[in-house]
Amino acid sequence: MKRSYVHAEELSVGYNGKALIEHIGFSLGKGEILTLIGPNGAGKSTILKTIARQLELLFGTVVLDGVSLSSLSGKALSKKMAVVLTERLRTELMTCREVVSTGRYPYTGRFGVLSKADAAAVTEAMELVQVTSIADREFTQISDGQRQRVMLARAICQEPEVLVLDEPTSFLDVKYKLEFLSVLQSLRREKRLTVLMSLHELELAQRVSDYLLCVKGDHIDRFGTPEEIFQPGYLRTLFSITSGSFDEDTTTMELEKPSGTPRVFVLAGNGSGRHVYRKLQRQGIPFATGILFENDLDFPVARALSDFVISAESFAPIPLSALTAAKDRLDRCETLLCCRNTFGPLEQENQKLLDYGKSTGKTVRFLTEQEGDGWQKY
Amino acid sequence: MAERRKTVRCVLALIGLGVLVLLLFCLNVCIGSVNHPLPDIVKALMGQNTGGTLSQILWELRLPRSCAGLILGGALALSGYLLQTFFHNPIAGPFVLCISSGAKMVVALSMVFLLGSAIPVSSGMMILSAFVGAMLSMGFVLLLSRRVRGMSMLVVGGVMIGYICSAITELVVTFADDADIVNLHNWSQGSFSGMTWENVWVMAAVVAGTFLAVFLLSKPLSAYQLGESYAQNLGVNVRLLRILLVLLSSVLSACVVAFAGPISFVGIAVPHLMKKLLGTAKPIWMIPSCFLGGSVFCLFCDLLARVVLAPTELSISTVTAIFGAPVVLWIMVQRRKGNVS
Repeated sequence: MKRSYVHAEELSVGYNGKALIEHIGFSLGKGEILTLIGPNGAGKSTILKTIARQLELLFGTVVLDGVSLSSLSGKALSKKMAVVLTERLRTELMTCREVVSTGRYPYTGRFGVLSKADAAAVTEAMELVQVTSIADREFTQISDGQRQRVMLARAICQEPEVLVLDEPTSFLDVKYKLEFLSVLQSLRREKRLTVLMSLHELELAQRVSDYLLCVKGDHIDRFGTPEEIFQPGYLRTLFSITSGSFDEDTTTMELEKPSGTPRVFVLAGNGSGRHVYRKLQRQGIPFATGILFENDLDFPVARALSDFVISAESFAPIPLSALTAAKDRLDRCETLLCCRNTFGPLEQENQKLLDYGKSTGKTVRFLTEQEGDGWQKY
Repeated sequence: MAERRKTVRCVLALIGLGVLVLLLFCLNVCIGSVNHPLPDIVKALMGQNTGGTLSQILWELRLPRSCAGLILGGALALSGYLLQTFFHNPIAGPFVLCISSGAKMVVALSMVFLLGSAIPVSSGMMILSAFVGAMLSMGFVLLLSRRVRGMSMLVVGGVMIGYICSAITELVVTFADDADIVNLHNWSQGSFSGMTWENVWVMAAVVAGTFLAVFLLSKPLSAYQLGESYAQNLGVNVRLLRILLVLLSSVLSACVVAFAGPISFVGIAVPHLMKKLLGTAKPIWMIPSCFLGGSVFCLFCDLLARVVLAPTELSISTVTAIFGAPVVLWIMVQRRKGNVS
């Protein structure tokens, strides 16, 4: 068994002596990334703040590199752990460089004067997160994305072994989110930093984390690798999703499926139907669709947005039963929306379905890319 | 580069303030309701006897008074700076947060009591009772600050408590003997007049000690400015620092109230002006410059108070309010602007 670097056992966290979450436990190796996920107000911040000793630990122990955190002095802890919190940093008249250099606090003398080595550490940290160009700008005058990176630089030049980040990507746009997490990854690779953070973006949490801790209100629901956590249907229960859906395999969200009996049949496949499904959803039109192979790009979207999906096993010939079911469903619809021009040799059943629709007098519309917006009516 | 420029700016500002303090100190000594030619004054100061009265005026009135202005002005501004840092509130200060009026109340009470029982009032006792009063009202403000959010609400609350303290003081004064009232009345308006050398030595000792303590705290203060959570993460014992801040700022404002009575606006205006002057909020620069700035402000205002309507003397708060209140308004307007953009 690998040696654990950060080890938490039986933690109870909360405010004013009242435990909100109990029996928290996890184990991390050096240089690993742990992400806390869970619904709003579930206590992710409370856990992180307790680990960073901002809040009193009510019960249990956190061991960092073999030493219990509660036995460390404030100063010793400040050299081991740095934080980026959701609370805004007060930075009156401070330039970005000055903000970053506050991270050197544990290493400077009585009056906090920076030595040459300190200044070099500040410069290095700023280079690492690429904020050197804005070093002399005032902290309040820069963008959210830059600000968050400056905060990260500040934490880095504290030379910690553990970084605690509370929702570090919340206010960042997609570019900055990706950049921020890339910097984290390079940090763990180059400096072997262990990272504990909370994220709202499940897809990013899945990509960047070695472990996930699922926080749900009063308890820890699960702890495990992203593969273990992203099991079909689990996140739905973790977040108590009642309208719409989250697909663990593709980490995409779909809005609530339109209700009612479908009067429209979408003939899709090979990724041609996704956008049509969503357009129909936006207009609240229930639809049936098929015949989709289960590995088709259209399939997860179809399943999320319709109760009437006729599917077939991937890489196998479509069985007759599927065609029968599709025809049966098509019989009860008025319109056939066809998203395809040609059909491959293994899915001739779809061609048959199209022909069947034409022969039974359904309104057939082609929504292929060439036809552009021929479907405008819907 | 930018950092070096900042340092140079701060050093120059400090030198400039030092020069101003010296200049104003000299002006305060030289100018007064009785005018004398400069050579006579210099001679009198050098110890040559130039006829009793001038020497007496200089050594027993103007010099101690100027020293008091210098020391107490600095103490007041520094106390304001500490309170602003403590509450993360740019318009906090000993006067608006009722710490001055609380100190005034207890001093008035003890003065009336002591004079009533014919016990002479020493400076030490004055400081002690002012400190008790300052701590008392600080306690109320702290309780209040837990309940109310937002900087203006805290200040409004402080002003309200201040009114209560003033009302009690008025009540005491009304029932006190005539002779005491005259004494109390002058003092409760705020004035640097009537300082003795004994007073000056006591205040110098108290303020110098406190200043040193504050200066030694400049590093944890710089971390505290970032916000409590970040300070804590940097290894600062936030709870201890908060207690020290309360104690030190109370000692400073208590010392001022004990000797000169409540003086308005210096505590708010000077730290803000200094921040603008220095272009930084770093405590290591702010602490000495606030002190010097407060000295400059008070020496200047005291000079005006004595000279403008001579021989009648204005109360010092009248003058400080004229120059200080606009600065406070300016701060508030600027904050609003900052919030919008």
